[in-house]
Amino acid sequence: MIIAEQKPLNELKSLVGDAEKVLVVGCGTCVTVCFAGGAREAAITAASLRMASKLDGNPKQVSDVTVQRQCEWEYLDQIAEQVKCADVVLSLGCGIGVQAMVEHFPSAWVVPGLNTSFLGLPLEQGVWAERCAACGDCILGLTGGICPIARCSKSLLNGPCGGSEAGHCEVSPDIPCAWQLIYDRLKSMGKLHVLMELQPPKNWRKARDGGPRKIVRPDLRLAAEEG
Amino acid sequence: MSEVISHNGYLSGSNLERVLRAGHFAVTGELGPPQSADGEVIRKKAALLRGYVDAVNITDNQTAIVRMSSIGSAVIVLQEGLEPVVQMTCRDRNRLAIQSDLLGAYALGVRNLLCLTGDHQTFGNHPTAKNVFDIDSIQLVRMVTAMRDERVFQSGEPFKGPEPRFFVGAAESPFADPVEFRPYRLAKKIKAGASFIQTQLVYDVPAFARFMEKVRELGLHRQVYILAGVGPLKSPAMARYMNESVPGLRVPSELIERMEAAGAPWAGKSKDELTKEDKKARAAAWQQTGIQICIELIQQLRQVEGVAGVHIMAIEWEEAVRPIVEGAGLYPRPVVPAPTAEAAA
Repeated sequence: MIIAEQKPLNELKSLVGDAEKVLVVGCGTCVTVCFAGGAREAAITAASLRMASKLDGNPKQVSDVTVQRQCEWEYLDQIAEQVKCADVVLSLGCGIGVQAMVEHFPSAWVVPGLNTSFLGLPLEQGVWAERCAACGDCILGLTGGICPIARCSKSLLNGPCGGSEAGHCEVSPDIPCAWQLIYDRLKSMGKLHVLMELQPPKNWRKARDGGPRKIVRPDLRLAAEEG
Repeated sequence: MSEVISHNGYLSGSNLERVLRAGHFAVTGELGPPQSADGEVIRKKAALLRGYVDAVNITDNQTAIVRMSSIGSAVIVLQEGLEPVVQMTCRDRNRLAIQSDLLGAYALGVRNLLCLTGDHQTFGNHPTAKNVFDIDSIQLVRMVTAMRDERVFQSGEPFKGPEPRFFVGAAESPFADPVEFRPYRLAKKIKAGASFIQTQLVYDVPAFARFMEKVRELGLHRQVYILAGVGPLKSPAMARYMNESVPGLRVPSELIERMEAAGAPWAGKSKDELTKEDKKARAAAWQQTGIQICIELIQQLRQVEGVAGVHIMAIEWEEAVRPIVEGAGLYPRPVVPAPTAEAAA
């Protein structure tokens, strides 16, 4: 899922600026699960902004609402009226949510309340780690199900660099060396021979390097565009 | 015609390649470019190394600190009558930039290339930079050897004119984790086309000998020239730091103790009690021992089957190379004449 974290209050205050009516919009999906932008965080953020604006001697009307998914039009329709009344919308969705709001409500001024961090998972309560770089050409089948694109600091494809030490990356003792993990896993599965293949340079065109990406599935489209 | 001239039985015809192919025990050095546009620094360092090494590696923004470019520095080194090994990392350039820079380097007279992954930028003086890592060091080796041997760019597009013909090397860190994979990673670099290997600094010769045993078992020493990395210790603190903090680097305790013993006459005195002269004398004693240890390491490494030479990394201490090479009995350096057709070209 998408992992995000809240921006500091001071940054939120400056993003909101001198707007009087603020609508904080939470999202009920990924950012709820990672405790960054769900209904609870939306309510807390709204309360914090209200309090801060009072303390600053310029009280704002701050309300909050949370939709099931900010990245789908049908859920956004439900808050159209509230958005219309707000001077500024503070989205606690991920970067996709913010942009969905902008696209759906062209006349609204929408600012981000979160920093969208990565695609990952909760390792334990309160700890999240990156797992996927959305490179568009999955190689997990070659690496024992551990992604070197997302998890090796240098995205190496042909094994560990010289900076692997006691299982961790040269960049930080907190980062496990992805290639040590891959090595251990392939060894335990009796598949070390896979590592002896030379992996050619990656086709980054399928990643963001090829420009913004889009998937069109004609089989799923409702109406064929004619003419 | 150009093919006949450029081949001559050699891949590149560089001095390093000729020395190694003639069966001599090779010596390479290392030269770190300045953090400025001062070419004089390169000239001074080149003068300290000329005649004492077969070729000198020019580092490429080592430890991710911005320095004069490896290729630019290499051209100055060439002007000074010394043969450079250009180091190229994958951190700062994508496949377009690497190929383009290497075409230029070859046209400027560079003939040796060392392919590296590169230290991560978080270590350097621009930690907020975006890194590249479009390709890795093994893919880099493959790319430049395909440019040379198949006359194609990485994209597969053929060359329309002369191809760059480098003597291509790679690095290996025998003690980095996972240790048991290191000989196989070396095998991958050979498979990709590497002709020579320079290793991370070796202080633990028995551990290195165990690595080489596996290398020989795989028959790799017959497919590639392995130059063992050595470097003089400057102080006990440096020895301890490298042992504790540099990945893949081990300094045995007896060497650290020898360094400490060299400074024994000044031990027990606090920083403030030591005069300037004391500190100078202590540094000289440490350095002398560091050089002596380095000479002994070279002599021991020379006995390890499959070691084709040494790569002396005297980082910001190029003055040490001369006494090390002389002390190890590796001076004068052999002269292997360039093939006549090469000379004619």
